[in-house]
Amino acid sequence: MTELTVAFTLNGRPCEVRTAAHRTLLEILRDDLGAMEVKEGCGEGVCGTCTVLLDGEPVSSCLVLAPRAAGCRVTTVRGLGDGDRLHPLQEAFVTQGGVQCGFCIPGMIVTAYAFLRDHPAASREEIRRAIAGNLCRCTGYTKIIDAIASAAPGRGGGAPGAAGG
Amino acid sequence: MARPAAPPLRERLRAVGRPLPRHDAWDKVQARTLYAADWQMPGMLHAAVARSPYPAARIRHIDTAKARALPGVAAVLLAQDVPHNTLWTDVPGQTSEVGPLRARIQVLAQEVVRFQGEPVALVAAETREIALHAVELIEVQYDPQPGVFDPEAALAAGAHQVHEGGNLLARWAIRRGDPDRALAQADVVIESVYRCQFIDHAYLEPEAGVAWIDTDGVLTIRVSTQVIEHYRDVAEVLGLPQNRVRVIGPYLGGGFGGKEDVTVEVFLGLLAWRTQRPVKMIWSRQESLLARPKRHPFILRYRTGAARDGRLVAQAVDLLADSGAYAYLSALVLMYAAVTAAGPYRVPHVAVDARVAYTNNPPTSAMRGFGAMQMVLGYESQMDRLARRLGIDPVELRERNALAKGDALPIGQPLDTHVAVVEAARRAWEALGPRRAPSTPAHRIGRGLACNIQPYGRIVWLHDWASAWVGFEMDGSLVVRTGTPDVGGGQAASLCQIAAEVLGLDPGRIAIHIADSALTPLAGTTTATRQLYMSGNAVLRACEGLRRQIVDVAAQLLETQADTVALDAGDAVAHDGRRVGLPKILRECARLGVSRSHLDVYHAPAGDPVDLERGGGRVFPDFTFGAHAVEVEVDTETGAVTVLRHVACHDVGRAINPQSVEGQIQGGAVMGLGYGLMEEVVVDHGVNLSTLFATYLIPTSLDVPDVEPILIESGEGKGPFGARGIGEPPIAPPAAAVANAVEDAVGVRITELPVTPERVARALGLLGDR
Repeated sequence: MTELTVAFTLNGRPCEVRTAAHRTLLEILRDDLGAMEVKEGCGEGVCGTCTVLLDGEPVSSCLVLAPRAAGCRVTTVRGLGDGDRLHPLQEAFVTQGGVQCGFCIPGMIVTAYAFLRDHPAASREEIRRAIAGNLCRCTGYTKIIDAIASAAPGRGGGAPGAAGG
Repeated sequence: MARPAAPPLRERLRAVGRPLPRHDAWDKVQARTLYAADWQMPGMLHAAVARSPYPAARIRHIDTAKARALPGVAAVLLAQDVPHNTLWTDVPGQTSEVGPLRARIQVLAQEVVRFQGEPVALVAAETREIALHAVELIEVQYDPQPGVFDPEAALAAGAHQVHEGGNLLARWAIRRGDPDRALAQADVVIESVYRCQFIDHAYLEPEAGVAWIDTDGVLTIRVSTQVIEHYRDVAEVLGLPQNRVRVIGPYLGGGFGGKEDVTVEVFLGLLAWRTQRPVKMIWSRQESLLARPKRHPFILRYRTGAARDGRLVAQAVDLLADSGAYAYLSALVLMYAAVTAAGPYRVPHVAVDARVAYTNNPPTSAMRGFGAMQMVLGYESQMDRLARRLGIDPVELRERNALAKGDALPIGQPLDTHVAVVEAARRAWEALGPRRAPSTPAHRIGRGLACNIQPYGRIVWLHDWASAWVGFEMDGSLVVRTGTPDVGGGQAASLCQIAAEVLGLDPGRIAIHIADSALTPLAGTTTATRQLYMSGNAVLRACEGLRRQIVDVAAQLLETQADTVALDAGDAVAHDGRRVGLPKILRECARLGVSRSHLDVYHAPAGDPVDLERGGGRVFPDFTFGAHAVEVEVDTETGAVTVLRHVACHDVGRAINPQSVEGQIQGGAVMGLGYGLMEEVVVDHGVNLSTLFATYLIPTSLDVPDVEPILIESGEGKGPFGARGIGEPPIAPPAAAVANAVEDAVGVRITELPVTPERVARALGLLGDR
């Protein structure tokens, strides 16, 4: 079994994992680095629950082999806020009632963050398309779309994704 | 002396009725919530289950030598290693003489396997990878058997026996009047057969948990469950006293009835007890789809008789459900179906004959709507056909027949709270607004309506109760303790809102501890749309008790009468506006020896089992009524159905948190659309073909419209502040509303779910083979 060392940054913090080459990014995040904020919903790349940003782009971490993360920036939902302050998207999910069981939420917010960063004035229909790869079984999506739309900086929501990240 | 009339309750409420953000939502958006699979313990083992590949087989031999020899394997358990290998589910009031009065499930398969995916052996190992490897090394020799895979075939003479004692698991009958004669004399009779499918709960969080022997020697299991009371089942299987097993229920990643029966907790208990080490078990999505109980498929045969003016005269319903290989809650699911089969309508003559049969299909059990939801396709398709046949407007037909307060159901249960069927139907239908134009000449627009009746709260024969403890800390902050599992519907946060209301506190001053069988007073299951009703009433009572204690002492400090003292913003306030803060009151309580906490129990209205057939009376505490209206567009070239608008109206009694209530309605409606349009666990001769999320399709954001919720607040529910339960009801109407809308659009009646493009195309004659 080929073992290798994979080094990357997790939410800005450098880390290094010694791992078998066939393990996934999701496995090393949860099992080796204790990044329990990344959830596993299906393990087959369908539900979007395990979404993280790899160099800023959303990926299903269950489909990414760990060595692929070498030298990359990995960002989870915990990397979006600014220290003690929540990211406006996180706040919008709370105030708009976009959270029920919450299991899909870390992946959903990460997807929404990357989308709003690139499409700060997105319409509801564009947001609806953007989250089609993130399943939610509780909310029926309406309040999730409400939350994302209300946080869109181009619509007055002020998600700082547009400014920097 | 005339006192000004008190303002209506709604205007007097401070916390209840407001869309307050939920405390758990703050944790969840930061991913601070540790779900069952996120728990880690030092020295923890990882467990896996060996499952049967056959739906029906005898086990000839099991060889575990290779698995045990694999380095890193700590334990391999078979049926003979389980102290008591049977789990029992009580089915009180079961009237049938056939089938077991108590439902049996074997913990691990012994001699026989009855469905594909049935657990045969357990492994605990140092890593999950080793555990999975060891499962593959367990050698089981099976003698496959023919099996039986259809409930009708299962009840035919000479069918393969799934269990000893025959394949008829349970039956219920309901009779009112003389339906045969009424049907013979009716002006119109609509007769049809409907079929609905296996579906999966498909919560995003697969089944998971961690068990350990705590420092006090108590077997402790932290598990994703809707029922912490399963600690008793674990104790029974292990042969331990019930007070030596503790279940902790963290916030769930969804339940929907799929975490009502035991999942991993018994396996974890067995392995932790055997190894004396912490053990974690997580089922993969594929394992969950393969082996967890599903929603019951039904065959519904309806004969509906009506007079020319649309008044119903008779409803004769024959129901046959597929229990799959084990009973689980099938007998009760069937009873919910039978009791509601005539719909929310006045029908003078009723016959319901309901049966559920064992097969070698995946087991079926609780899922949101629990039998009552499957009936809506039957009774609302019949109503729609009747409206068309008689040329009566669909809303008008329902108005002529709707139940009202004071009416009795066919079982004889009187309806003693508001019945909002007519109002809900009217409001939902009107909210559809102007009809849209089709998007192309090949498309057609149609509209459909479906009303429903869904019980909330457990059957009165179960003598249901819930308890809660509330207590003040010396600084005036409040602690609530109750055994309520929070499945994601905001159960805990709603309880905090109730406490905030009664005790005049900001919800931010309240900490709630839930779902720990050792440390929180038991509140029963988060199932049957009962938790807001039951633990809501328990928290309400506990808070009212605590309020009395506090206010008495405050009145002494304020030198006034207790009944003139209000609690507001952490103070007690006299009628003249003088205030005293909680910390001072609480110190005075301590000095006087007055308790600063209160434990209370809410006992639901209870009754003895009744004979349904003889119209025995009350079965459920109460019901929630509603109606959904949809507008669809049907592609006449492909059969594809798109839902353009969806309005969902329910009488929720009182919305404790309107935002949470809307969320329940929107989420339930979308789950109902999934059931109506796309979801099906395909089972071929007992082999489950839908064991991937890539093949078992649930709605994405692109498959469904925004659901518009309409809340009716009659204030007449039996929950706190007049609330009704709303967890299950919204899932029920969408499928029938869609089927009705499809007929409105293209003139074909779909009688089998889901309403796929293929079924619509076939009905339109587009496929040429029928």
